[in-house]
Amino acid sequence: MMMNAENVLFQSFEIIGRDFSRAGSVSTKVKEILQEIGIDSTVIRRAAIAAYEAEMNVVMYANRGELALTITPKKIHFKVEDKGPGIEDIEMAMQEGYSTATEEMREMGFGAGMGLPNIKKNADKFEISSIPGSGTKLDITLHLNQAEKK
Amino acid sequence: MNHYFHSIRVDSDKCSGRMRCMRVCPTQALRARGGKAKIIEERCIDCGECITACPNGAIIPLTDPFGELSKFRHTIAIPSPALYAQFGREILPDKILAGLKKLGFDDAVDLAQTCGEVSFAIQEYLREYKGPKPLISNACPTVVRLIQVKYPGLIDQIIPINTPREIAAREIKKKKSKQYDLKEKEVGAFYLTPCPVKMISIRQPAEKGKSNLDGAISISDIYGPLLSAMEGMEKGSYRKALESICILGIGWAMAGGMSRTLRLKNSLTVSGLSEILKVFDDIERGKLRNIDFIEAYSCHQGCVGGSLTIENLYISYNKILKLIETLEFEKIKACPDIREVRRLYQQKYSFLEGKIEPRPLKPLDEDLNKAIMKRKEKEIIYEKLPKIDCGACGSPTCLTFAEDVVRGEAELADCIFNFPRPLRKFRHEISELLDKSFPLNPTLSESEEKKKEGRKKNETKRNYRKAKA
Repeated sequence: MMMNAENVLFQSFEIIGRDFSRAGSVSTKVKEILQEIGIDSTVIRRAAIAAYEAEMNVVMYANRGELALTITPKKIHFKVEDKGPGIEDIEMAMQEGYSTATEEMREMGFGAGMGLPNIKKNADKFEISSIPGSGTKLDITLHLNQAEKK
Repeated sequence: MNHYFHSIRVDSDKCSGRMRCMRVCPTQALRARGGKAKIIEERCIDCGECITACPNGAIIPLTDPFGELSKFRHTIAIPSPALYAQFGREILPDKILAGLKKLGFDDAVDLAQTCGEVSFAIQEYLREYKGPKPLISNACPTVVRLIQVKYPGLIDQIIPINTPREIAAREIKKKKSKQYDLKEKEVGAFYLTPCPVKMISIRQPAEKGKSNLDGAISISDIYGPLLSAMEGMEKGSYRKALESICILGIGWAMAGGMSRTLRLKNSLTVSGLSEILKVFDDIERGKLRNIDFIEAYSCHQGCVGGSLTIENLYISYNKILKLIETLEFEKIKACPDIREVRRLYQQKYSFLEGKIEPRPLKPLDEDLNKAIMKRKEKEIIYEKLPKIDCGACGSPTCLTFAEDVVRGEAELADCIFNFPRPLRKFRHEISELLDKSFPLNPTLSESEEKKKEGRKKNETKRNYRKAKA
């Protein structure tokens, strides 16, 4: 169904790979936007976690990427696309505890192997596609009216 | 719209419109309106940063005057353990409590003992708790308000155990009213506070209950009189004075003091609002799930750093630390009976009486469609602004200005960079006027004139930069 473009907010944010000093700033901005619009705080929390995990995946593994946020009166949607190594075995990556993080990343508290499953857990709809050697694309949706969930 | 009571008030006569307060406010609750500071009530979390920042003393913390005592038939002082840290090492809590009685209170209660009890109760709660972690201490009312306003998603992680000051006031009022055959309302319990926000937690508790305390008196107000009252008081036994100090509770005056009593593997202590914001952001992202407990204070180093204290906060922090070390060295372990605390805990004795509800900021619009549109408009306006956060419009940053415009609380014309269009056609006249505004000395040769003009221009630029800084 086509939405009235007036009440659809679209904003995209650039994420730079390996830039750990600014890691998390995109998800913070996303959270602030959701708060200003007046989204329910439990939805905001889930959205913030999903956005953060997606952002961190780009920071940790890719060269660069982009998080595109779309908000309509019905849902929040993140499209996260990166240029990076991609994921060889998505099924494996979706298992809790599976991680390809390096020793350094783990020491910084990242790469507990919860990223993708955690996004899935916090989203109402989650799709992932990846081309090894090229990049990964995530589609994350959260419904605003919880009655419409699933 | 709810009306929020605040511990902070602007004295317009004293306010010179410098707006330092506006720049330090962590929740963007201050604006310049008509050249004076104005507080936006729903945004304010009573942290007191503005009180410290104002060079004119125009932001006034609202505490109770000493005269309030005369309203009650029996008065009790309940000093924050931070009071114990205000005096030299020789002056121990027993003397301070005696000094308070000499000052005119009928009773003075040692809060450290109750702090110790609450530490045990928190231990019980942590042991039984199964929800998302970390749990967050509610000792600092500013932190509780910050969560209500900015991190409503973390509300359920605030520990629902009542604060020592409230429990102490409740119990002592019960006891004293019985002892002297008075009505409970005839007994007045006054908290001696290191910060203005405790005043609010008394008048308007975060959990929407009613406070057991009747008022708060600033430590800075009572310091002088108390010091005189203690002069010439008989020196008791040092050992005996030490033995009356609860080793678990005394540490509540400083950041980290609570955590050391809880014996947790994973706890964090944070102090200072800007640091708290970073840590809370991390909690929201789910990064600190392996931490059990967070002790957070809006003032640096904890309550000893409150804006209504006298002693340098590092000195007072150190005094508490040394006191704990002395108690440990002397093997003095006065503390409450843990079995008694557990028994009372089971009877819900230690829990908050109400529930802490979120207090999220008003969205841009109640209607979701309109809110989304306004958010887009805000972004468009922001893109046009100079993004230098000069504050001349009366909003702390260009981004908040854009929001104020969308909310209808400011006008685009308030931005000095938004030069009114109709004036643009006079640009030549204006430029001529500007040239005339620096009369040159006619006796100087032309080349020197030019040099001087250059210098003057630089100076004006410098002054402008200075003024901006």
